Amino acid sequence: MSTPSDLSTLIFGRLTLDQLPLHVPIVLATFAVVAIAGIALLGVITYYRLWGYLWREWFTSIDHKKIGIMYIVLGLVMLLRGFADALMMRAQQAISFGHSLGYLPPEHYNQIFTAHGVIMIFFVAMPLITGLMNFVMPLQIGARDVAFPFLNNFSFWMTVSGAVLVMLSLFVGEFARTGWLAYPPLSDIVASPDAGVDYYIWALQIAGVGTLLSGINLLTTIIKMRAPGMTLMRMPIFTWTALCTNVLIVAAFPVLTAVLALLALDRYVGTNFFTTVLGGNAMMYVNLIWIWGHPEVYILILPCFGIYSEVTSTFCRKRLFGYASMVYATVVITVLSYLVWLHHFFTMGSGASVNSFFGITTMIISIPTGAKIFNWLFTMYRGRIRLEVPMLWTIGFMLTFVIGGMTGVLLAVPPADFSLHNSLFLIAHFHNVIIGGVVFGLFAGINYWFPKAFGFRLDPFWGKCSFWFWLVGFWVAFMPLYQLGMMGVTRRLSHFENSSLQVWFVIAAFGAFLILLGIVSMLIQFWVSFRRREALRDVTGDPWDGRTLEWSTSSPPPQYNFAFTPLVHGQEAWWEMKRHGYRRPVTGFVPLHMPKNTGAGVILAGLSLVFGFAMIWYMWPLAAISFVALLATAIGHTFNYLRDYHLPAAEVARVEAARTALLDSHV
Amino acid sequence: MSTHEEMHPDHGDGHDELGVHATLKGYFTGFLLAAGLTIIPFWLVMGGVFTKSGPADAFILLLAAVQIVVHAIYFLHMNTKSEGGWNLLALIFTLVLVVITLSGSVWIMFHLNDNMMPMTLQQARNLP
Repeated sequence: MSTPSDLSTLIFGRLTLDQLPLHVPIVLATFAVVAIAGIALLGVITYYRLWGYLWREWFTSIDHKKIGIMYIVLGLVMLLRGFADALMMRAQQAISFGHSLGYLPPEHYNQIFTAHGVIMIFFVAMPLITGLMNFVMPLQIGARDVAFPFLNNFSFWMTVSGAVLVMLSLFVGEFARTGWLAYPPLSDIVASPDAGVDYYIWALQIAGVGTLLSGINLLTTIIKMRAPGMTLMRMPIFTWTALCTNVLIVAAFPVLTAVLALLALDRYVGTNFFTTVLGGNAMMYVNLIWIWGHPEVYILILPCFGIYSEVTSTFCRKRLFGYASMVYATVVITVLSYLVWLHHFFTMGSGASVNSFFGITTMIISIPTGAKIFNWLFTMYRGRIRLEVPMLWTIGFMLTFVIGGMTGVLLAVPPADFSLHNSLFLIAHFHNVIIGGVVFGLFAGINYWFPKAFGFRLDPFWGKCSFWFWLVGFWVAFMPLYQLGMMGVTRRLSHFENSSLQVWFVIAAFGAFLILLGIVSMLIQFWVSFRRREALRDVTGDPWDGRTLEWSTSSPPPQYNFAFTPLVHGQEAWWEMKRHGYRRPVTGFVPLHMPKNTGAGVILAGLSLVFGFAMIWYMWPLAAISFVALLATAIGHTFNYLRDYHLPAAEVARVEAARTALLDSHV
Repeated sequence: MSTHEEMHPDHGDGHDELGVHATLKGYFTGFLLAAGLTIIPFWLVMGGVFTKSGPADAFILLLAAVQIVVHAIYFLHMNTKSEGGWNLLALIFTLVLVVITLSGSVWIMFHLNDNMMPMTLQQARNLP
């Protein structure tokens, strides 16, 4: 390693040319592919002169629908990256036995499983959940936008900045090799002196700002902006679950921010919060991060429960069975999710009383979840079930999630956990609930609300292909891991000596390949649906015969969502409006007060990205400059008083008249 | 709740809507109380009033808790009716979570220390 001069150290910190992976062929090839694809994409955008359009209509948009769609695009793009990591791990474990060391060196393998976990939770599941809530919830409560439209745009771009930092770590330096929660002492400066953990810390801190602000935003929206007549017990279940999820976000994410800040202090200024010397205690890190981490899994699953509820009642053409019990179950889960965190570290050395308390609370939390399953089953019972793609995902979820939940209750028994902890059984369990619960729910939601977002349905054939490949692929990929876990195989290993285990890993790799086909089918589904959009067109705005308010407006909805704020008289507002012969108002439009687009969110998030990058590489002058610029821009933005405008009544009348004509032409 | 026909742009000009009547007298009372509650613990420590640190810690924590209440009432204008009761509900929820988190962490870490805490050098030397 060459010794850099003082000047270059001042400017570039510890970033040197050695940090570029010029000597690692796999990474170099990946970089080449990504670079070529990126340049091609930029070229296409430039060729079709789309920059202005994207900037004006999307990047700077404060429309909650567009921000929701951008969140979902981010989540799907990151899903491809996260899944590429999964495939690499499965391939490595399938071949790395005995004398064969596989194709991934251990330090590379460790980065991959860390990146896989971080990306899948923070940059796939979270953006997809936030995106769906952002898109659907204001429509469901009859609002024109969220409470703080600019904040929404800013939150999105902060999440993007975090994702960009993680992606950068692939090509500049390296990512953490610590596992997705970066436990010290492995993540402290002695054991991990390189930039990997710093990438981890800053990516999550920057994205965390976005998540927290979006939680406050959506929470305020639900509390303050419901349509007149929509009391709490008349809110659609998805909005209820969004409410509880955002309460969890607001309460839990500050804990993550604090614990990562403490870890950063340990690494940057030599404090001893989590060190093994001078009174530090690494176990406090584990304790604190799971105080965030357990609510986090409910943050992910609750909105999916909401999606299943909406889908089940729509596609069984029945009112949801046990609405009130569903609401109470959701609220009980919200509170109980704060009482179970120790079950993630039963083996850390607490005594019997602590372990049995948290074991019992963990078993108790499965009761409200079980009640929900029965509610969905009773909704289906004697309903007219339409096996459309969203309903398929829902049924697949019910079968898969119940098994995942039961293995969870097995792990909740501390003595059993002592032998299963950190084994592949655990890996199989949480993939069983996260894929079977969260991922299936998100795909059900995407298929369900896609026509609302774009005005045409998704192609059902490729949707069904995607569903079956995912479902079968999931079972083939993870059942062997349950078996291996029972046999005592631990997680995060890149090499095995005992070749009798190999067959299970080969089966698991085949399952991952089936899931790949599922993902490819979904991409084909998007493409085919786009090509066949005229045939799949939804002119009514209500393609599934829905029950909640989002189906009362056009597909895609106008920028103002509702020309007149709907009045709500019951639990299933739109269903009752349809039953009582609701007629769309076609005259008497008034000007609408709307928020104005702004580029401040993109700029602030871009500066945060520069600041994070500078902090990771110890480029102190750049960090100082970008931080000052960040503050200046934020303060400067508060002096921007041109934030809103009135959409003229004539414009509203024009949009509504076009919809009237469209509806009349398709009677 | 009133009907919310209008958008709520994110610059806060909603004083009348919150139903808060901030008065100079209220802020002054709050300031005096907050200042007093800050000066007393400072004096307790600097003046060496307590001989043992245990009671001093407990008393200072108590004053800090009172300080939180003063801030909530005089500066954040919280009462049981503000925002249609949502503020109170949020406060109760927050208190429940803080109590769970703090007491749970203390319990867990105490247990860990009980079972796993490494020995001091002296204890290690005196092992049988």
